[in-house]
Order: sequence, then C-alpha cells, then structure tokens
Amino acid sequence: MPRFELNDADVVVIVGSGAGGGTMANELTRRGLKVVMFEAGGRQSLATFSQDPGEAFGQLTWLEPRSQSGTWDPVKTSPTLPAWHCRTVGGTTVHWTGATPRLREYELRARTVYGDIPGASLADWPIGYAELKRWYELAERRLGVTRRHGNPDMPASNNFKVMYAGARRLGYKRVHTNYLAINSRARDGRGFCIQQGFCAQGCKTGAKWSTLYTEIPQAEASGRLDLRTECFVTRIEHDNAGRATGVVYRDAAGAEQRQRARIVCIAGNAIETARLLLLSESGRFKRGLANGSDQVGRNYCHHVLSFVFGIFEQPVSFWRGAVLAGVVEDENIHDPRRGFVGGYHLELAMLDLPTLPLIGLPYGWGRDFASVIDNYRNMAGMLVNGEDLPRADNRITLSTTLKDPYGLPVAHIHCDPHANDLAMRTHATGQGRKIYEAVGAKRTVVSSIPPATHQMGTARMSRDPGQGVTDAYGRTHEVPNLFISDGSVQTTAGAANPTLTIVALVLRQAEHIGREVAGSRL
Amino acid sequence: MNTCATHAGSPQSADRRSFVRALGVLTGVIALGHPLAALLPGRAWAVELRVLSSAEAAALLAMIRTIAPHDTLDDAAYALVVSAVDRDAAGSAEALAGLRAGIASLGEGFALMSEDARVLHLKAIESGAFFGSVRTKTLMVLYSNPIAWAHFGYEGESFSKGGYLLRGFNDLKWLPEVPQADSGAVPIG
Repeated sequence: MPRFELNDADVVVIVGSGAGGGTMANELTRRGLKVVMFEAGGRQSLATFSQDPGEAFGQLTWLEPRSQSGTWDPVKTSPTLPAWHCRTVGGTTVHWTGATPRLREYELRARTVYGDIPGASLADWPIGYAELKRWYELAERRLGVTRRHGNPDMPASNNFKVMYAGARRLGYKRVHTNYLAINSRARDGRGFCIQQGFCAQGCKTGAKWSTLYTEIPQAEASGRLDLRTECFVTRIEHDNAGRATGVVYRDAAGAEQRQRARIVCIAGNAIETARLLLLSESGRFKRGLANGSDQVGRNYCHHVLSFVFGIFEQPVSFWRGAVLAGVVEDENIHDPRRGFVGGYHLELAMLDLPTLPLIGLPYGWGRDFASVIDNYRNMAGMLVNGEDLPRADNRITLSTTLKDPYGLPVAHIHCDPHANDLAMRTHATGQGRKIYEAVGAKRTVVSSIPPATHQMGTARMSRDPGQGVTDAYGRTHEVPNLFISDGSVQTTAGAANPTLTIVALVLRQAEHIGREVAGSRL
Repeated sequence: MNTCATHAGSPQSADRRSFVRALGVLTGVIALGHPLAALLPGRAWAVELRVLSSAEAAALLAMIRTIAPHDTLDDAAYALVVSAVDRDAAGSAEALAGLRAGIASLGEGFALMSEDARVLHLKAIESGAFFGSVRTKTLMVLYSNPIAWAHFGYEGESFSKGGYLLRGFNDLKWLPEVPQADSGAVPIG
C-alpha cells in the first residue's frame, strides 16, 4: 500500500470507509486518482469477526457517546447510543443487513406530492427518478442485489413463512424475500449465504456485500489507495479563496497531523459528517464549513422504526437465517387516506437473544418483559421502516456537555418526531400486528423506537443554495472542491433503507468528479 | 430455587484495602433432569464474590429475579449477573458504596418477600441510579451466556457448523411453503 506525503496536494482525501467512502475510493483510484482514505476505527476481517453478539457489538460500533434532547424515544431509552452505526474499516456496511430497495419516484418529489406540511421542512430532490434509475441499476449490479438483473431470490426462512402467510391473508400482493445485497448464489469471488443469522456481527462468509472485502481491496490493488486506519479527522481546512486545502487529523498514536488535498469527500455517516463540518468553522465560515445556508446538521432523518413481534403456539426459530430476507412493499405508497403522507416497508427482522432485551421490547422489566423472552423459540419478527419527515429543528449540533478524548465536542442530537411520523408508526405497527394475528398469534408486541440505524439529511442536496448544503452531485454550494458522499445528502428520507441510494449517488458523484478533473475544472 | 448463601469469612475481619478477597459465595445445585445438568460438568455450582457478602448477594439475586422473572431458569444464570455486578463494584470504592447502599435499601428479608411485595418495592426505586444500573447489567448479562441460551433455545453462532442452511432455517411445517415466485430455491452446493 502506498503512503502519500502529508504535503502532497494532489491527493483526494476521503473521510470514512463505509458504503460511501469505500465505494468512492474504488471509483476514484480506478480513474487514476491518488486517494488517502481516513477511517476512525480499526480493520477487522472475516477471520476476526466475533460471533459473540456482545463482543461483536463492541468490536464494530461507534461507541463514543452523544448528548441528546427532545421527545424521541431513544433520548430516554438509549441515552448514550441514540444511533447504531459502525467505526471500523467498511463502516456500517460491516454490520448492515443488506436490504437494498430503491426510493420511489414520488419520494423524490416529496414537497410537491405531499404539499406544505406544517412543522416539516420538505423539499424536492434536485434529481429525478429517471436520472437516478440508471445509477440504481449500476449499483444493483455492483452489489449483486437479489431479484434484480437475474440474481436469484433468497430462499424463504421460517420467519418469512410466517410473514408471508399473514400478509397474503391480509390481501397484500407484493411480499417476497426482499432485495438484498447478499449473494443467493456464489458470485463476484464470494460464496452464497449459508443463513447464519449473523449479518449484524460481520458476515463471516462474505456473502453480504461490504466495502471491507469488495471495494476497498479493489482500490488497494490499484496501488493508489493510502488507507489510514484509527485516524480521526477533526477539521477541514481552506484557503483564502474558500477552497478546501486538506484535513487535520489525529493519527493512531493520537498525534495531530495535516494532510493536504486537491478534493475532500466526507462520508462519515450523517451525524459525524455534520459534526465535522460544524467543527471546521473558521473566520470565513463562522457557522461551520459550507454552512452559509444554516442547513448543516438540520433535517436529520432516521426513518420511522419499530419492531413488531408475534408469539405463536409453535416454534419459529427466527434467529436462523438472513436477518432481513423478507418484505411487504404494498404500503410503500403515498395515500393520505391512511392518515399520513408517505409510506413504509414492513421488513422481516429478528434479534439474537442477547440483543432482544436491550432494544426490542417496550417493557422495562417484570413479568410482561420476561414472558416475551420465555417465548423466544416461538417468536416471529418484522421491522417497520417508514419515511419520517425532515424538520428544521431535528438536528445535529455540537454538544455543550460532552467532549471526545481530544477535547472536541461530540455530536448533540435533538429530535421531536413529527405528528405524521407518529401516525404512520401507529398504522404500520397495527398492520404488523394484523399480519401475525391472521396466522394465529397468541400475542403481539410492538417495541419502543430502537436506536437509529439509518442517518440521513444533515447536508441535504438542494436546487436552491439557501435550502440545503450541496448541489445535485453532492458538491457543497459554498466550497467547490468539497463533496458529501454519504446519506447526509438525501433531501428527504423516503422509505428505502439508504445504502443502495448512497452507492448510486456516489457512483454518479465519482463520474462527475472524474469529468471535472479531466476537464481541469477541479 | 436451589440457592444457599454461606459466609466465607466475616466482612469485619476482611482487609478493606483488598477488593479481590472473596467475602461471600453463592452456590446452588441444578435439579436432576434439568437440561442444564447435561451442560455443566457437575450439578453443583458456585460463584465466589469479591466484595459482596453472601447475604447481600442473596438479596441482589432476588432483585434480579424480580426484574427478569423466568420461573424455570436456574439460579446459576442469575448468579452470573450477581457476579458481574460484584466484579464491577470491586473496581471502585465509590461504586461499591453505591451498591451497598442500594442493597441495604431493599431492607431485611427482601429475598423472602412475595413477588408482589418485591415488585412494589422495586417500583418505588425504579427511577434511581441503583435500580437502573442493576437492570442494565441484568439485561446485558442474563441473556448472553450459554446457560440462558440452552434454556430459551437460542442456538447462537452457526458459522462453525456451516450456518443454518441445512440445519433448520426453513424447517417450519405449520404454515404453507412460499411459492417460488416470491422466494428462491435453496442452494445446497
């Protein structure tokens, strides 16, 4: 692996190595660019992934605390871990469950289609579905998404058989084993899924796509990627003309270093991306870098999330098999007659025994709590994943109470769910319960809101520079060589798990950067 | 419940500077015929405590059983939580003082009260730091060990056995099979 000089002003710096950063590194190195990619975490491998759920959580998770405020459940139920994402090479693609639905056409025009919703800061995307579709197709081929482009479906697990039978009895039509970036057959030098049920601990067979063992090794093979692990970027610097000149970071030994750069791409997951922009305030950018619009950190979305469990007379053994291998798509529509705008997916889900009591149950303790776990063998599970509405004050700011080990303020998350989110959640969990009741559930249980696994919107794309942070290519409105390459750029959340959209947008962004560089405009 | 608590040395005579000295011990015997009897090398088990007395440990165990009441789950699993709480407190005099005060606040005879009485008692302190830390520890430890896994039927990691692909991920028979249009074939080689 090359080591580029700290004062080499010809490199592209990428902050973060997940779906966005890892893919970007591969795209730019194959275009001949030199890349320095920073990852705050260390590097694991198929061999080192722990198969003890608690240990794996410690191995992969971003554990630095956040401060919180607002009426969102995790403020109370998960005070130090409101968001569950990774700090490891490969980022959150190491623990993700592989669900790769597309956003729908109407979701990219949320402001126009839903109207002016009081208390929400909706906007239309500056990119339409016809344009995005081409990039979705490329991303799906890249990731080997099941049910797309000739990739066979995932087989049906026990947990899915329950969801399927119940959903069909309710009249749902679009129910299948989901679009998954998990090999249902060997492909791309990786084997097929052997239904371990350990997607979230790091897939030990590599059947699930992760940049850790696809995009990043490919970029390394180019000889043009300098991956610096356990290095934490604390600041982006700029010159008098307002162009980014490089980054300040702490190396693995904790020493402060400076890396110069011609282009900077930030892909730190929407919470940390916003934090880094805010930490990079300067005399010229007083509210934070690229934040003249005051939109950095605002419009934080994380989806309407809730587990629904059904308890049956007979065994399900729902811990066996790929975690999210099932979906009901019928409710991913805009139909205000249901009492809310936007739509949701009902996705198959399970929690391993150690994790279930920590994030899956609404009861704190006692008989109600314990009697669910007593039925662990006979449980089926699903996860509501719906569109939450952006709100100007649901936002990431710099904490005034907590600092990281370098003395920098950690991210503060403020979140008050919109009434639309609550109405959708009530509808969706009600439909989930009905699905299980239709096949004889003796009890159904709806979880409290779990920690957020999808972070979006904190540096959103906008046509009007006053309404967002970046243009339709994820290039910041104010700093011409600064790009945002993760879910932060989503103008609205839609109901799709964000990884496929992140990869599609990064493929498009990389082509744009390549074109601009070739034309000597960047 | 088969737990008995015995004193291994009086707290008064203990060297207060040494947090590693065992002051109490929790012991139990797993019932014959219990599935765990096959799992453990012998039926008798013991947890040696670093800072808590046996009486304190017994009260704590009763509290943990009230937080997570699984009637047929053996005390051995609950004792693992007691052990974890004890180990944490051994590292800090402040934490130990808080734990001691918390256990003392449960009152004499807590372990012998009816479950309803214990629940009432805990409801009154559930917003406090002592209850919160014991509850969190219970959730983190009680369901993360092989004793609990065997009890609840959780089979854990499967990579070492080739996954669940040929070991029951789709063995449910009480509902119809999913048509091929909505799912895929099982790859077996």
